[in-house]
This record gives sequence, C-alpha cells and structure tokens, in this order.
Amino acid sequence: MTALSVTNLCKQFGGLRVTANVNLAVAPGERRLIIGPNGAGKTTLFNLITGEIAPDSGSIRLFEKDITRVSVHRRPHLGMARTYQIITLFASDTILRNVTLALLGLSRLRWSLLRDLDQQHALIERARAALARVGLAEIADRPLSQTSYGERRRVEIAMALAQDPKVLLLDEPFAGLSIDERRDVRQLLNAIPREVTVVMIEHNTDVALDWAERIMLLHFGEVIVEGTRAEVVANPRTREVYLGH
Amino acid sequence: MIVKLRYAAIAIALALLATLPMWVGNSYYINIASQFLLFAVFALALNVLVGYAGLVSLGHAGLFAVAGYSGALLLQAGFDHLAAIAAAIVITLVASAVFAALALRSTGIGFLMITLALGQIVWGVAYRWASLTNGDNGVNVSTRPAPFGLSLASAPSFYFATLIVFLLAIASMAVFVRSPFGASLRGTRDQARRMNALGYNVWLIRFLAIVFSGFWTGVAGLLFIYYNQFISPQISALTSSAEVLLMVISGGTATLFGPVAGAAIVVIMKNVVSAYIERWNLVLGVIFVVIISFMPEGLVPGTVRLLRWAWGRLQAKPSAAGERPSERPSERPSEERVP
Repeated sequence: MTALSVTNLCKQFGGLRVTANVNLAVAPGERRLIIGPNGAGKTTLFNLITGEIAPDSGSIRLFEKDITRVSVHRRPHLGMARTYQIITLFASDTILRNVTLALLGLSRLRWSLLRDLDQQHALIERARAALARVGLAEIADRPLSQTSYGERRRVEIAMALAQDPKVLLLDEPFAGLSIDERRDVRQLLNAIPREVTVVMIEHNTDVALDWAERIMLLHFGEVIVEGTRAEVVANPRTREVYLGH
Repeated sequence: MIVKLRYAAIAIALALLATLPMWVGNSYYINIASQFLLFAVFALALNVLVGYAGLVSLGHAGLFAVAGYSGALLLQAGFDHLAAIAAAIVITLVASAVFAALALRSTGIGFLMITLALGQIVWGVAYRWASLTNGDNGVNVSTRPAPFGLSLASAPSFYFATLIVFLLAIASMAVFVRSPFGASLRGTRDQARRMNALGYNVWLIRFLAIVFSGFWTGVAGLLFIYYNQFISPQISALTSSAEVLLMVISGGTATLFGPVAGAAIVVIMKNVVSAYIERWNLVLGVIFVVIISFMPEGLVPGTVRLLRWAWGRLQAKPSAAGERPSERPSERPSEERVP
C-alpha cells in the first residue's frame, strides 16, 4: 500500500524534458523530501501530481486509486492538499476568511446561494481551530495585507492542513523565511500528525534534511538518487549534483 | 458613523424612489426614472461578472436583446404575457449558457473578445435576419401586462412595477454577495488557480455566475421592451454593451450600489442633458474621465472614501492639533467594495 505513487511519469515542454520517467512511491505517513538544483523539475512534478499540468505519459495513484485523469478540483476531495512556492492567498481578505475558504472548498455549502457565509459558525470555528494549530489564532481577524511574510507562509500551511488531507504537498515552505520564522514553520511541520503523508520540496537542506525520512534527488527531470536520508547524503552523485555546489 | 450614514442614505433613497411619481408629476420624468431603474437592473446583472467574477463581458447587450426579441416575437405570435415572459427568460438562460460555454474557454482579454463576438452575432441576426426579426424596422409590443388585474399602461404604474423588480434584483445581489457561492466566485476572481487546488470547480462556478447574470439581464431586457413597447437591432449593438459596462465601472465595480449610480448618470445624461446640449456624448465622456481620474474605484466607493476622509478631518480638528495621517483618503479601504 502506498499513499502516493507515480509511475513512469513524463512531461515535455517543447523540446525540454522536465519530467523524465519519474517513479515515486511514498508510504502512508512517510516524510519525503524532494531536492534538486533550480530547474530540476520539482515544482513541475508537484503540478503533475495535483493535476494542474497533464502528463504526457505515466500514471499517478493516490492510495492505489488511479487519479491521472481526475481533474484538479476533484483531487482535494480525495485527500490531496498542496501549498505553493509563490504565496497565493486572498490578499484583500482576513486570515480567517482565507482558511474558511479552504474549508468551504470541501464543503457542499460552497454552492449555497441563499445562506450567509458569516453565519456558518461551525465552518468558521473549524477555521479558527486550524489557525490555532499554526499559532495564528490571535491574529485571525487581521487582514492579510497586514501580516508578515512568515505569517503568510503559515496561513498557506494552515489552509492546506485545515482540509485534513491524507497527502500533503509542500512546495518550499521555508523559502524566504528568517531563522526565527524557519524555526516556527519547522515546529509546525513536526506537529503534523503521522496519519498525514507529507511530500516536501525544499532547497534549504539544513532545515529539511533531518526532517526527511526518505529523499529523492531530481536533476534535469530525472531521478538521480532515491533512498533513505543516510543513503542519499552518502551517495557521491548527490555531492556531485547538489550538495557540492 | 459611515455605516449609520449608509443606512440613512439607503432609507432616503428608498423613500425618494417610493414617492417619486408624487413629487415628479410630469410623466416624461417618471418614464426616465423607469428607464433608470431598468438599466440599473441590467448594470447590476453585468456587475456579477465584471465586479465579482472578474470577467469583463462586452456582449451583454446581446443577451439583453435575446430576452427582448424573444418576448416581443412571442407576444406578436399571440402568446399571453406570462407565457411570453417565462419563455423569454428560459431562452435567455439557454443563450447565457451557450455564451458561457464558448466564452469560458478563456479569461481576461480572450473572454472579452469572445463575448464581443457573440454579442455581434446577436446584433447581426437582429439586423439581417429580417424574416424573423423584421430587421431594422424592429418589433412592436402592443400591450403591457396587467399583473393581478393592475394595468401598467400609465407611466406611474409602470414605474412602480419596475421599482419592485429593481428592488428584487438588488436584494438578490445582496444575498448573493454574502453567500458562500458569492465568496467562491470572488475567490475565482482573485486566485483562480488556488481555488481549483482547494477543491472548487472554477469553471462551473464561473458558468453559473454567467447564467445568474444572464437571468437578470433577461429580466432587464423584458422591462425594456415593455417600457418602449418596441425593440430594434440598435439595442443589441456594441455601443449598448459598452454603455452598460461604463455604468458598472463608473459607479464602482463589485459594489452593490455602484452600478445603480452608474445607470443613473448615463440615463440622465442621455435623456435630460441631451435636451440642452446636442453633444451630450461629449459631456458624458468628460464625466467618465473625471470619475476615473479622481475616483478610479468608481463613484460610490470614491464618495464613501471622501466622506470618510472628511469625517476624519472633522473629528481630528476639535480633539488636538496633531494630524491623523491614517485618515488620508488614499490609505483607507472603501467600505462599500466587497473584497
């Protein structure tokens, strides 16, 4: 049983092979790190997994169910959530409204035309609880425009976690953060329950390496090394492609 | 304070609208008020797309004309008012769905161009398919309906019927804006990709928004043919689409009352000012330029911003000598606009 598996996945943009026969099998509850130099195809792999880009060939399975052809907006309902490398939030809304929208996305209520969203107390309370998990409960009602970059990162993660995903994809959650903010996000990642499988792309190897159980190294769209943390760190190819630079 | 002021303004506006035929007297001006209200319904409908969905349509006059021609032709064919109205609304909903299915292949400029083309197709049919639409000669609507036995033939009675429809339209917009669906639609405007990744079917949300907008556009189109008792291809032309878009933008997109204010400006310019100045279009153009220069967010949110600023200045003066920089107009988010 794998939580997420990718088989012989290929994607080409014109003459550029961005994903070349990638295979990936993530066990339930695993912490998986994907590393690789800039342009290695890490985010493209995420976009393929979440369905934002259609693969040329290969398949994607979520808990053994083939989701290769499932549309993007159905995948969250099957238990997949992601965050973005470039923060994409609803800038004119409050933090609470951002997380409420994340919850609403999985609720049938989202089609309702006659109810008042501000009166959906159960939903809003769940959003508050999700914000409490990431330590943002006190500033929940603050407009997003009045928050720091680090807080926005945490809002991103809170939105993904609020959806109670089975598989969580984090795209560079540490990018652009200060040392203190990194520590906060790191604690947040540690607190994610074991039932959630987490796949993370991260450049910042000093914060990410000891978090990961297994690591995959991508280079020019290909899997160069894959294995446990110790194996990957010890592999000379890793040093050559990545860590040595 | 601003909130109280807002309620007071709404109450005054309602009182004025409800008593308008009594203090206007002249049926010419009552008719202009009816025209204002029906175009306000049209502008409110377009605002669903322009303001809340972030989809700028230049083909809405096409949908407006589909409703108008359907109603007029069915009446001419001998259907009674209720049947003609119901059928015209259904036809407009189907036309909106077709518009949506074609135009939603794209967003932004692409959406604009496809809706423009679709609107022009309707115009072409209205103008050239003379055996169906009577071409340039248009179609007459001989009678107005008489709901519950009340004749709408006189200017005041038609005005009140239009006012009721207008109030229903604005109430439905108020409910829609606060609803989860309204929040979802605004989400697709701000972060479409993220909304998809959160589990929202962005395409379907937009599609339904276009159909909802199409419904009120159709209602406005029917009011239009009953008001004029006539329809001709001119109403489906690009200039009509542009005019209603200007109403929405000048009044304030994504606000409840902006499109209403915009409709008031255009209708008054068209009917009242044109009696005194032949080049009334020029005056209208100057007004739009002034609005966009000084209140780029539109007349209603811009006025709210100025009031807030003025109020802040009034408050600051008696309290202390110190300035309150945060009360400067440019830094305050308007209270009207729904983010």
